[in-house]
Amino acid sequence: MLKVLRDLLRYDGRFRLAIILLGGVAAMVLLSYDSPYDPGKSFVVPWDLPPSREHLFGTTSRGQDLFWWLTFAVRNSLYLGIVTAIISRVISVLVGLTAGYRGGWIDRVLMAISDTFVVLPLLPILILLSFLLRDSMNLLNLAIILGLFGWSFDARLIRSQVLSLRERSFTRTAIYSGTSGFWITINEHLPFVLPIVFATTLNNILWSIGMEVTLSVLGLSDLTTPTLGTALFWANQHGALVAGVWWWITAPAVVTAILFLGLYLLFTSINEFIDPRTRLRLIGG
Amino acid sequence: MRKFILRYLIPRIIQYLTLIFVGITVTYIIPRLAPTDPVEAQVSMMIARGNTLDPQSVESMRAALTDLYGLSGNPVEQYFAFWGRLFRGDLGPSLNNFPTPVSKMIGQALPYTLRLLIPAVVISFIFGNLFGALSSYYPANRALNVLEVVGQVVRSIPYYIVAIVLLVVFSYFIPIFPFSGAYPIGTRPDWSSIDFILTYLEHAALPAATLILVGFGGWFVGMKSLTSNIISEDYVVYAETAGLSKNRILVQYIMRTAILPQFTALAMVLGTVFSGALIMEVVFGYPGIGSLAIRAIYNNDYSMIMGITIYSIIGVATAVFIMDLLYPLFDPRVRYQ
Amino acid sequence: MTLLSVQNLHAYYRTEAYGISRTVRAVDGVSFDLFPNEIYGVAGESSCGKTTLIKVISGSIKHPLKAFEGSVNYNFGDYKVDMLQISQSELRRNVRWKRISYVMQGSMSVLNPVRKVIKTFEDIVDTHEHITDKNEFLQRTRTHVNRLGLPTDVLNAYPHQLSGGMRQRVAIALATVFQPALIIADEPTTALDVVVQRGVLHMIKDIQATSNNTVLLVTHDMAVHANVADRVMIMYAGRIAEEAPTESIFNAPLHPYTQHLINSLPVIGEKSTKASLKGSPPNLADPPSGCRFHPRCPYVMDECRTVAPDLISVKERHRVACHLVKEGSQ
Repeated sequence: MLKVLRDLLRYDGRFRLAIILLGGVAAMVLLSYDSPYDPGKSFVVPWDLPPSREHLFGTTSRGQDLFWWLTFAVRNSLYLGIVTAIISRVISVLVGLTAGYRGGWIDRVLMAISDTFVVLPLLPILILLSFLLRDSMNLLNLAIILGLFGWSFDARLIRSQVLSLRERSFTRTAIYSGTSGFWITINEHLPFVLPIVFATTLNNILWSIGMEVTLSVLGLSDLTTPTLGTALFWANQHGALVAGVWWWITAPAVVTAILFLGLYLLFTSINEFIDPRTRLRLIGG
Repeated sequence: MRKFILRYLIPRIIQYLTLIFVGITVTYIIPRLAPTDPVEAQVSMMIARGNTLDPQSVESMRAALTDLYGLSGNPVEQYFAFWGRLFRGDLGPSLNNFPTPVSKMIGQALPYTLRLLIPAVVISFIFGNLFGALSSYYPANRALNVLEVVGQVVRSIPYYIVAIVLLVVFSYFIPIFPFSGAYPIGTRPDWSSIDFILTYLEHAALPAATLILVGFGGWFVGMKSLTSNIISEDYVVYAETAGLSKNRILVQYIMRTAILPQFTALAMVLGTVFSGALIMEVVFGYPGIGSLAIRAIYNNDYSMIMGITIYSIIGVATAVFIMDLLYPLFDPRVRYQ
Repeated sequence: MTLLSVQNLHAYYRTEAYGISRTVRAVDGVSFDLFPNEIYGVAGESSCGKTTLIKVISGSIKHPLKAFEGSVNYNFGDYKVDMLQISQSELRRNVRWKRISYVMQGSMSVLNPVRKVIKTFEDIVDTHEHITDKNEFLQRTRTHVNRLGLPTDVLNAYPHQLSGGMRQRVAIALATVFQPALIIADEPTTALDVVVQRGVLHMIKDIQATSNNTVLLVTHDMAVHANVADRVMIMYAGRIAEEAPTESIFNAPLHPYTQHLINSLPVIGEKSTKASLKGSPPNLADPPSGCRFHPRCPYVMDECRTVAPDLISVKERHRVACHLVKEGSQ
């Protein structure tokens, strides 16, 4: 594992950049635990100050220090992304493995359902759902909802991986020697499925943080919790651009872009590393 | 032909019907999970906002809401009544613009969304795929490598952030494009006037650029990875060995096959692209379905949100179905099974 | 006159990724000649360098493959060329398909899956002879295909509508549109069932007999060589083990590896099981010292472990690389 990391660091520029970007994000998360300001309070600093040495990202029209406020936003957004990813991983792994191993009509039904979720325009449905649950919406509930909707594509991916594993000879050998299906799954296949699960986790975190931004901007999340989305919501509410407080919009947008780019680069770099085809192309035979 | 119908057509029709069935059923169930009585909540909200409504209107609104939420009768009856209304195309009146039907308002907003969405999807699909294939076939080309970095970056970032960045850069810091709307406030749409069409295009530039950029990145990256696999296929190696020109190989041997999974992918992401268009409209204040949705959210116009959800599901499902029906025209392997 | 003269050819794959660099010595010191109007067979197990050899002599060298040493010279009578020096454009203009054509390994999948067969003919003919009269082209292609015993219908079919044997015949028809001086056929019968194999081999033989060109036939199947080839070269681990006219090699094989290959052919009436070689072909990234066959050779001597045997002529047109055989013996 350490060796893999070292190899990736040394030979993959994308991986290096991802580590740098995500390192910055992680630093912000850590700093949030030592913030001089409470993100729930407003008018603790002079308002509408442009970025300066004292206030790195400037201050908002609500009298908050934007940098320190964003440290909480990044932390909460990541928390949401990870909880969503865990929930949707459980569903996608269960559905993917069941469909792949059982095959037959179970497979067909599960895949029809997951295809449906892939194709459905989720945003309007999520808007409807969060609209109705607006009063009881908090970060955890939003994570659960996103988790329930965000599993479909990855379930299909895991299923196809299982299908290809099932055809390999060691599975056949295990079946003929009388090993039960469950143990085949745990012992033989999980090591092959796990890297894909990991890669899709990163992708799913991206998706859920993006969805949170979208729903928050529409005013459909818990607006008292600092997140990357609510940062933009409040900036819009106060007409930040019209009032000339451009940093209020720009800072969360840039931080979001850095977080996304970092996670995405990590995802493609790892994905390429675990994809046997690209490895073959790079290393040869 | 029988094989084609059995193996291709019938599964697609089933998929289409499942999609609509699941989507509509989900929208039917969701309101029933809400903790409060939605009808009374809505009515009291309307009254509290001080809308001057005579008692008769309140009563008809309550009836409309009860009907809309499908709350009369037992759940099974409610469910069938819900479908019945859908088939009649009756999604009830907008609560905010009572009694204008939701369908009518969506009908007015939809052309704005489609006039942006369709060209943007077509343009990004064509150019993303073209440059993705080129970049994989000419890996040493600098300009293409720069394009790939742009594609990778833009593709990873959500629509909303791309839209915000474009807005801040090109109408705030470098004010070359208008801030919001589809045309200046106070102008009446006049499609025979060149001036109007020009301002319309000017207003559409940044919204369209958002959709095109994000789409371009996605198609570029997808096509590149597809192409890099196809390049080592036997028939491509064979064509190279036979001395065919690079252009001919790229177009007829590589792109022609690589584009097919991209068509399928297009059908898969239509829902996401549509969602992206909605959020983009919110940023640019563009008067399409997205703006309709955010106004409905601010005004608690439940029936409008319900209507938008249902229309979106049916619209996207139908678009996907049409693409599935067209697909065999491009792929002979499906056509002659 | 020789058509092709290969001298001391070394072609390696060199790759580097995640800090690991490796060199696969796929062709390591190979010399042989091809003459007009013959069927020359190349035999050997998979990954012995056969396919790499073909890539080099057909001018399809692409990274990570590189020719490090040696020469590959063609003499087409009116036109001479060094395959290791030729430019890509010249290769395309003067050599590919007009003088050297290729029936690829896995010919089943060489046809573009989303275009009709006739389109592939059109692409190839148009590339080398620029089609001006479409009707004339169609007429000529139909005649060509019919002469090879294929129905005209195949031209209007998509590849997936044709059987494997039919696709293989189409690939051969494609390789012969211009009457090339050399046809390289890489495993043309592998993955076909026996009856179809026979038909395909007949087709190759007929084409060669009528147009008197040279066929370089590569296959691991010794039975095919016995039936079709005039001369046979046996490759082992990137080197030539033995080369001789088909009759000599089947009647009096000298190299232990050749003997093994021939003895493992089934003989009608024989009931005993065949002895198999111990071990597997060597890894060409790290080949054995001395004679590369020594770890598996039943007659291995001390000399074999350290000194690589030279390829020596034992008699007219018969060469072998083995310490057991001395020059001029027999």
